[in-house]
Amino acid sequence: MAATAIERLHRRSLGIRRALGPIAEARGMARGMLWTGAGITLVFVLLAIFAPVLSPYGFDQYQAGGRRFAQLAHPGHGHILGTTVQSTDVLSRIVWGTQTELEVVGLALAFGLVIGVPLGLIAGYFGGLFDRAAVLFMDAMFAFPPLLLAIVIAFLLGSSVSSGVLVAALAITITYVPQYFRVVRNHVISVREEPYVEAARALGAKPFTILRKYVFFNVVQNVPVIATLNAADAVLTLTALGFLGYGVQPTQGAEWGYDVSRAVSDAASGIWWTGLFPGLAIVLLVTGLTLVGEGLNETINPVLRKRSIRRVDFAAPSLEPSTEILEP
Amino acid sequence: MSGNGEVLVKVDGLKTYYSIRGSFLDRLVGRTGAAVRAVDDVSLELRKGEVLGLVGESGSGKTTLGRTLLGLVPATDGSVEFEGREITRLSEHDRRLMRRRMQIVFQDPHASLNPAMTIAQAVGHPLEIHGLAKGREEVRLRVADVLERVGLAPAEQYLDKYPSDLSGGQKQRAVIARAIILNPVLLVADEPVSMLDMSVRAKILELMLALKHDFDLTYLYITHDLATAKFFCDRIAIMYLGRIVEIGPSEAIYEDPKHPYTQALLRAIPEPDPRRTIPRDLPRGEVPDAARPPLGCSFHPRCPKAFEVCGWESRDLKELLERRWAGMEEAGFEDEQASVGSLEPLDDPATHARMPGGAVKAILDEARAEDPAEPFWTGVRRIESADGHVEIDWHEPVAPRLLPSGQVEVECHLYDEEALAEAEKRRRSGIPR
Ligand SMILES: Nc1ncnc2c1ncn2[C@@H]1O[C@H](COP(=O)(O)OP(=O)(O)OP(=O)(O)O)[C@@H](O)[C@H]1O
Ligand code: SF4
Ligand SMILES: [Mg+2]
Repeated sequence: MAATAIERLHRRSLGIRRALGPIAEARGMARGMLWTGAGITLVFVLLAIFAPVLSPYGFDQYQAGGRRFAQLAHPGHGHILGTTVQSTDVLSRIVWGTQTELEVVGLALAFGLVIGVPLGLIAGYFGGLFDRAAVLFMDAMFAFPPLLLAIVIAFLLGSSVSSGVLVAALAITITYVPQYFRVVRNHVISVREEPYVEAARALGAKPFTILRKYVFFNVVQNVPVIATLNAADAVLTLTALGFLGYGVQPTQGAEWGYDVSRAVSDAASGIWWTGLFPGLAIVLLVTGLTLVGEGLNETINPVLRKRSIRRVDFAAPSLEPSTEILEP
Repeated sequence: MSGNGEVLVKVDGLKTYYSIRGSFLDRLVGRTGAAVRAVDDVSLELRKGEVLGLVGESGSGKTTLGRTLLGLVPATDGSVEFEGREITRLSEHDRRLMRRRMQIVFQDPHASLNPAMTIAQAVGHPLEIHGLAKGREEVRLRVADVLERVGLAPAEQYLDKYPSDLSGGQKQRAVIARAIILNPVLLVADEPVSMLDMSVRAKILELMLALKHDFDLTYLYITHDLATAKFFCDRIAIMYLGRIVEIGPSEAIYEDPKHPYTQALLRAIPEPDPRRTIPRDLPRGEVPDAARPPLGCSFHPRCPKAFEVCGWESRDLKELLERRWAGMEEAGFEDEQASVGSLEPLDDPATHARMPGGAVKAILDEARAEDPAEPFWTGVRRIESADGHVEIDWHEPVAPRLLPSGQVEVECHLYDEEALAEAEKRRRSGIPR
């Protein structure tokens, strides 16, 4: 009994290793991008998770022990990255801001995937009227500038949904659903014609079984690539929303875009730290995510993929019994 | 070897048309586009235990016929009876049940296995779909069994492999295993070896014969290779442009091919002995567009023996002129083309054509004088010049019927007394040869 359980586990791990194979095999440029990006992203993820421990103060804290912080204090002296005009600590706002950014982006991606991927699967596989209507609708959404669409949604939801993070996530999601939909649908349409899908029909599989077992796995490979690239884009959209005042509200959490917008007036009077550090945080996170996305793209996307060429050793006898000559 | 007489599949007047989508505007105004007549009125019977070969050039509709039998594409018209039951209009539920009884092996083994499933999952999935095995371990045992049966032994070595780890021949064995694990009675094999290396082809065919024997299978074996069909099939059906033009026992077809198309196919088989040089080209021209097949006998534009009743028409004239010009000097060709003008009006199939320019008659007369044996001229009933035009009429097309002739059935006017008599009548009334 135990043996079979272990065996099964082993089999499953084989499957996972196979799925991650191309990533482990990535070489050169792609490998460098992937790991650098992953490193940067990981730092932000850790910052977000351990914000309560790492952050010296709360995101809107302007006093400690009954003493109000100095306004616009220079970096150093108890505030490593200085303070803002509202006396809040810049470093704390960046650390807590990381949490906001990642929460919103994570939620937005999750919504986008949960809505866009199934719709694309169904529309692509079944076609027909539903497909046409969905394509028309999604293309119409594509026609709007993403930021405008996000602002409209944020504006509409802002009054009825109390969580700022949720509002921002939904606003951003709207612009990504059509992307997942389109990519997945188009891929499904080509996979649908594959003989193995027809073979599944010939075996008597029901449509949803075919979608789940034969179409889905061959279509989702591209999704992580778009998802990470979208994540980078989502950070920019969120900060743009914050900059314009439609994002996460100052009472709801720290948000880098908002901080940058407040710092605009500081810059004129030579106060650089209130704008520079949140700006750097944005650039770094976006860069990290983009590197992961592009790195994944190069390793997973079969058109771009260049597998490393392994040396063939002719001297060693092959243990693979899989040549046709040895067949019974 | 051959069937025991009990009819397993009875196909009657089966038609499968693929509609080609017209332009967006066409659809907007509700005009339906043309249709590719991939299978055009096919009737045949498959007896239990036999191997029926379906042979024809690419595009003749072999795959479509096989897919229609299995209900993978809807039949446009006609019926398919399987084990005495009409199956072209089954409900989805009944059709899924029926799928246990009939399976298919596709041409491309690399594409017919899901790259994301292991061999164990792929071959075992039919059992899960139909709820025929309890639990994962039973599925695995049965898969191992069938893998060994198709020559993938020891099975443990293959169970957890992905298709990309296997060679073409091994993949095709796995595909066959997946097809037979449900214990079907009918197996449609669509060119199962044509994408494999020469060295494995014979082995896969031997395996199929062994399985047929062990599992009491009936095969519809689709191929364009008459040479392998000879050793593999009990009976052979020759398909051309969606129709069966000749069908009968393999030996009869090989020894005494009746239909001119069959004769051409047999001549085209590469000679094993390179010193014997016989003409081995297929007849002239290309396979015509199945959306607009030739009038009369579909094969007539390429048939060296075509005659009065075979369906000569305007498009044949276009082809004749184009062939003539292709063999001409540049200057002469340009002259003639200028005096004949556009050939496009000839694209609409018709037995009457009216062409501007009095010179056309002279050109046609010259063409005829140069090659009086060209079968095209048998179809011409009348050529007349009148007020600056030339009018050409062809004999009415007669559609050939699939009629018994000796051991086989053949769809050709040469074996149809009525058609021969009609042709004789036309010959006497037509313009003198
Ligand atoms: N899904 C489809 N939609 C439209 N036309 C199709 C479709 N499938 C096949 N056809 C057309 O139907 C005709 C018959 O095709 P089919 O694939 O049945 O021929 P075949 O004899 O199997 O050829 P091959 O030897 O190349 O496999 C061809 O003209 C082809 O272009
Ligand atoms: S009917 Fe027979 S002779 Fe006439 S074109 Fe067809 S194959 Fe040739
Ligand atoms: Mg085919």
